[in-house]
Amino acid sequence: MLAFWVAPEDADQGISQKIFYFHVPIALTAYACFGFGAWKALRLLWKGGERYDLESYVAIHMGTIFGALTLATGSIWAKASWGHWWVWDSNQLVLFLVLFLFYSAYFMLRFSIEEGPRRANVSAVYALFGVALIPVSFFAIRLAEDFIHPTTFTRDGPQMTGTMFFAFCVCWLAITLVAYTLYRVELLGKRLDANLRELREILTT
Amino acid sequence: MNYFADVAALARKDLRLELRARDTLPAMLLFVLSTLVVFHFALPTGADEVAAQGLLWVALVFTALLGLARAWAPEREGGALEGLVLAPSDRSAIWLGKSAAVFVFLALIELVALPAFALFFSPLQAEAVLGVLLANIGICAVGTLLAAMAAASRTRELILPLLFLPLAIPLVVGGVGASVSTDPGRYLMFLGLYDAVFAILCWASFEYVVSE
Amino acid sequence: MIHARAVEKRYGRRRALRPLDLRLERGGFLVVTGANGSGKTTLLRLVAGLAAPTGGELDVDAGRGALGYLGHEPLLYRDLTALENLDLYGRLYRVPERRERIGMMLERYGLWEVRAERVASYSRGMTQRLALCRALLHEPELLVLDEPFTALDAEGAELLDRQLAELAGTATVLLTTHEPARVEPLATSRLALA
Repeated sequence: MLAFWVAPEDADQGISQKIFYFHVPIALTAYACFGFGAWKALRLLWKGGERYDLESYVAIHMGTIFGALTLATGSIWAKASWGHWWVWDSNQLVLFLVLFLFYSAYFMLRFSIEEGPRRANVSAVYALFGVALIPVSFFAIRLAEDFIHPTTFTRDGPQMTGTMFFAFCVCWLAITLVAYTLYRVELLGKRLDANLRELREILTT
Repeated sequence: MNYFADVAALARKDLRLELRARDTLPAMLLFVLSTLVVFHFALPTGADEVAAQGLLWVALVFTALLGLARAWAPEREGGALEGLVLAPSDRSAIWLGKSAAVFVFLALIELVALPAFALFFSPLQAEAVLGVLLANIGICAVGTLLAAMAAASRTRELILPLLFLPLAIPLVVGGVGASVSTDPGRYLMFLGLYDAVFAILCWASFEYVVSE
Repeated sequence: MIHARAVEKRYGRRRALRPLDLRLERGGFLVVTGANGSGKTTLLRLVAGLAAPTGGELDVDAGRGALGYLGHEPLLYRDLTALENLDLYGRLYRVPERRERIGMMLERYGLWEVRAERVASYSRGMTQRLALCRALLHEPELLVLDEPFTALDAEGAELLDRQLAELAGTATVLLTTHEPARVEPLATSRLALA
């Protein structure tokens, strides 16, 4: 944890660059979470096994949280770099907006279906649609550049020196670990909840 | 082949039902025409011809949503969906048959909507029409499956637009691009790609959406 | 034909069917009774393949094409006629000599006169009779009937009595009912769910 606080200080290039150390790893982690969630979803549909439903759900939950963080940090970066809280130019940001909408609908869908195999199956299929949407949306947004907005801002492309790259990787690793820890914690919490409920049922019947 | 015979029988059934009830198609038709008129008033003078093309796609997407909301209604009323699921035919045939019927409905609507658009706003290129056709495939394939998901949900009518719109964004990009860009071929190919990816995904996963 | 060991079904927290053992041989006739909510319908849905058990093992030795199911809902299209409904199912179930078979079923169940009218215009008894036609159209080896007598009128019930008597011994029948006395003479085994 300490590592990723220290490193950006070292490579101090102004807040815009600092945010970058958070923003991109958070974005990458969000993708990883969605991918992980889709993988668990596939396992559920392929093999069956209730545990995959919960694992998929928690992974997507993580992904959505990190997705929201991506949007937030991206917005801060945009403000710092170009003076606007939102820019349609950043393909990354627009992609996350679309994905955020998509995965928010995931939760609305999930909570409007009664618990059971139907809910698990439908959630899993939706999660798979999500990962298919990621590359397709990405291409769509790229294509849309043609006619949506002319590129008036130059991309603040990070050309990283060795130490900066190292700091970046440390950050990335740290954030991935945070995500994974949160994932395990939430999963454990939900499983404990479920076990408690079962116990209560057994004791009262 | 038995599979396509099943699909045909199912699609025919949907066409027959609509012919008899005649509730969805007229509603969609009126909706799309009303929407186009609203757009006329919503576009300030001097607005791009290009902007109008974009609005066509908004109209199509929302009209499709209107139709999709009722796509599985006949199956719900008598519990017929379970009857179809019980049959020895492939479950994906249920999806394909329904999608095909929805495609026909949407195409019929567009047969009126596109000329109306050309009349109210600006003429459409051949590429734009081709874009509409390709996007239709995506809309019907994905929309039918999502409508089946929504049918399993408590908040049926509310949730279908939420599920559908994010997935419709690439289609809108492809369609508008095909209409306004100098290189429509790219966009048409992209639409084809979307159709291929999502049609296969829908085909493979429909079974799970209807099973418990 | 049906082997079930410790089969149970839960929907999340809700337990719809307690662990159950069941054995039904080919040609058998099992009558299931029990109070509402005891899991009768769930059991039948599991056997029919409409739901998968959440615990235990269930083996049903009949493919979808050899299974006939009658549930609480008729599984029909209200806006189609009897002929159209049965024609669709006939095609999906690959019924040989479809038209003749449909005609025969409709006649047998007293629906020939109304064959070209929409199901929406039928009475409850007529709808249930048509649902029965649908379930039996493809001459299934395994019949799964969930309270078939409940929605039938007197005439329909008599027709079903006769049909069941014919089928007993050749087909395997699993049915639930609130009046077991009616089918008692045909039953080879009984199961009461708590």
